[in-house]
Amino acid sequence: MDFTDEQITRYSRHILLPEVGGKGQKKLAKARLLIVGAGGLGSPAALYLAAAGVGTLGLIDSDAVDLSNLQRQIIHHTPDLGRSKVLSAKEKIRALNPDVNVVTYEDRLLARNALELVRGYDVVIDGVDNFPAKFLINDACYFAEKPLVHGGILRFDGRVTTILPKKSACYRCVFRNPPPPGLVASCQEAGVIGVLAGIIGTIQATEALKLVLGIGRPLTDRMLDFDARRTAFREIKTRRNPNCPLCGDHPTITELVDHEETECAVKVTSDIS
Amino acid sequence: MVVRINGKSEEIQGTTVLDLLKAKNIDPHMVAVELNDKMLERDHLATTAVKEGDQLEFLFYMGGGR
Ligand SMILES: [Zn+2]
Repeated sequence: MDFTDEQITRYSRHILLPEVGGKGQKKLAKARLLIVGAGGLGSPAALYLAAAGVGTLGLIDSDAVDLSNLQRQIIHHTPDLGRSKVLSAKEKIRALNPDVNVVTYEDRLLARNALELVRGYDVVIDGVDNFPAKFLINDACYFAEKPLVHGGILRFDGRVTTILPKKSACYRCVFRNPPPPGLVASCQEAGVIGVLAGIIGTIQATEALKLVLGIGRPLTDRMLDFDARRTAFREIKTRRNPNCPLCGDHPTITELVDHEETECAVKVTSDIS
Repeated sequence: MVVRINGKSEEIQGTTVLDLLKAKNIDPHMVAVELNDKMLERDHLATTAVKEGDQLEFLFYMGGGR
């Protein structure tokens, strides 16, 4: 595969980097990345990965664009209200960079489809807003042995970590199971400062690019927490946990399971009253 | 005694990890606790004593993304 003159100009600022070069840019063009959730984290991640010239971007989301999304989900614009998120996102990606092949799945990621989906990609980006899905993505990537870039945002806080299955700590090594329903606010009813999606989502995109290019040091065995109130990052060391129910010495999770949805909306409402 | 909690030095009374969480009004189901870079199993929170110079990380669930 050879780049056209137009592509060489488009990607010139990458190609100029010794760590990327024409060779790295070709790796990007061949890469297949899956973004789970075309929302807050998925928006900036998808846009930057598309601009970077990633060959194939998979997007899975079952939702339609809602007015309350537009405060942070920057891939969707006002005229997109009511439209399918994956189709809205695909349109913006194609307008930004027609080189990118966008594969859309208007569906939820569930135990029945997760493994097959994840297997078709090189790196997975977690941009979902609920714990059952976050645990499911972690497990599916472990079984499929696919690198996962995890992200989370809530109120003024964000978190990113990269997981290389069987090599570095997984999400369950730290958080064994989803929190009990109602205890932890996990969705947008708790509120989130919109720019956090951009900060965390672009770090996720950076991690995915590094993994594809094979450069630098991945954000493995550490969680990077960001506090927007103080504008401060903090790194928490993690390591594979021998007692991890998924990747530990005596695993108890041997197949994908759908955890029950947590009822955070109910909890948050009752907090206010 | 002095311990480090989430990167900050704090003076605390001799206690177990569970008591420390309770004193801070943290439901043990809401956090993962790391003691000196090792994950503490939730069952061991009540039986693990906090010692001078220990480094504790209280990791809260962060679920959003949409
Ligand atoms: Zn694990």
